[in-house]
Amino acid sequence: MEINTGNTAWLLVSSALVLLMTPGLALFYGGLNRSKGALNMMMMSFSCIGLISVLWALYGFSVAFGTNGSSGLNNFLGSFSQYFGTGTSWIGEEWLVAGAKTGIPTYVFMVFQMMFAIITVALISGALSDRLKFGGWVLFAFGWFTLVYVPVAHMVWGGGLIGAKIGALDFAGGTAVHINAGAAALGVTLVLGKRIGWPRENMRPHNVPFVALGAGLLWFGWFGFNAGSELTVDSVTAVAFVNTQLATAAALVGWCLIEWLRDGKPTLVGASSGAVAGLVAITPACGFIAPLPAVLLGLVAGALCALAVGLKYRFGYDDSLDVVGVHFVGGWIGSLFIGLFATTQVNAVAARESLFYGGGLDQLWRQFLGSGIVTVYSFGIAALLALVLKAVRIFRVDQDAEVGGIDIADHGESAYDLVPAGGAGGGGAFAMAGIAQPTVDADGKASVSQKVAG
Amino acid sequence: MKLVTAVIKPYQLDAVKEALHALGVAGLTVSEVQGYGRQKGHTEVYRGAEYTVEFLPKIKVEVLTDEIDVEKIVDAVVTSARTGKIGDGKVWVTPVEDVVRVRTGERGLDAL
Repeated sequence: MEINTGNTAWLLVSSALVLLMTPGLALFYGGLNRSKGALNMMMMSFSCIGLISVLWALYGFSVAFGTNGSSGLNNFLGSFSQYFGTGTSWIGEEWLVAGAKTGIPTYVFMVFQMMFAIITVALISGALSDRLKFGGWVLFAFGWFTLVYVPVAHMVWGGGLIGAKIGALDFAGGTAVHINAGAAALGVTLVLGKRIGWPRENMRPHNVPFVALGAGLLWFGWFGFNAGSELTVDSVTAVAFVNTQLATAAALVGWCLIEWLRDGKPTLVGASSGAVAGLVAITPACGFIAPLPAVLLGLVAGALCALAVGLKYRFGYDDSLDVVGVHFVGGWIGSLFIGLFATTQVNAVAARESLFYGGGLDQLWRQFLGSGIVTVYSFGIAALLALVLKAVRIFRVDQDAEVGGIDIADHGESAYDLVPAGGAGGGGAFAMAGIAQPTVDADGKASVSQKVAG
Repeated sequence: MKLVTAVIKPYQLDAVKEALHALGVAGLTVSEVQGYGRQKGHTEVYRGAEYTVEFLPKIKVEVLTDEIDVEKIVDAVVTSARTGKIGDGKVWVTPVEDVVRVRTGERGLDAL
């Protein structure tokens, strides 16, 4: 194998960029959440980095991107042996795209895709804040990754049904990542139920600067997510990069415009959410459409997602941090835009011209079919997994823990302990007097004394 | 003896403190409080959902004084705390039965 240093260096950098999105997501979700569940919210993202990385190397990559010996089974699942485990037999192997050389070691492609698997699972957690047992989350993450993410990644990108047979296009993860995670979020939250007091009680975001910081990190990392998905460095990489910026910027404007018209004031939460909605929507389309349609896509996605986050109040499901309104709706918008604006002038892989380039409804129908299959499959399996976890009672925290805060109940720590260390320095009179705010755990046991490990 | 209690806007504390200092007031106590008056808090909108913030942050200032200075102190607080906008707060006066200085044991007017 001859390594192409430019391609390989770009994909390595992109992998690191995509990894950074998950801590960014943790801050984005953590800030949107109430303070008593902020750490649990962030822990759901961080735990995915731990769990999914290992599972991906062990079997995820092989089943998602290997080729199954049976062509019928290959529609849904890859190989159980090709890249199974952490073998060294394929260490010198080059990753091929449709038989063409890329100059990229397969290991680099494997680790790039690992980062996608991590964030896709983490995205779901936004719908489940403050009430899902942490153990239940870990089991769900394991089950959904294995039964949904891995086969869907194979169906969309690994030579399976949706990408290879139906011909639905997904450049960087509109269906495999965002529709997939959004549909799963809806399935689980319907089984999980509403937070106590929702929507009557005040559940406003506890730290808006965190939200903006998280959105900024997501935006930064998303260049690796989208432009990196070309794998190699060429003209499509450039278009994908430019489109990512344009659509995201336009979506930020679109979301804020809706707020300005409807509520009278544009907000920082709205600008941050609009940016994320734009990033989601441009993801499937970024390598297939021209920059001007990307601006339109961004405006439409920003405005529609700003309206879609209100659906949960109308239908009464507690999608706490709007995973459905942003990722599911944004993913669908982006996927369908491929059917409207994709052109072989941008990317020869598109194969068919779309509606506005004289290709008729052919590609739009393929996009609809591909996105529909992922929606139904992910929603169904996610709801089923939730029902199983509910049946074995590793699901919802009890009422006291939910009201007192899942951070203390499930993790034994809290985000904001404002008593200064050692009692010196700043702080109010209570801190100077050594009166700590009593921390009460879920069992009602107060503990203010320090325990020393060992 | 009287206790003058004022609930004011946080940003007016410096002005009130300066005004009382100019009158020669020897000491005062401040605390952070929350509450609402006729303005009933305010509303905030996040992702299209409207939240009413009922309790706004305020500062409570307490000054002990004799009967002679009480009117001057009330006037000084009211003048310095006023912005003319809703939510400027309230000042009230209550009688005080006795005061003791902890360090010396002095009582009544001597302890002020």
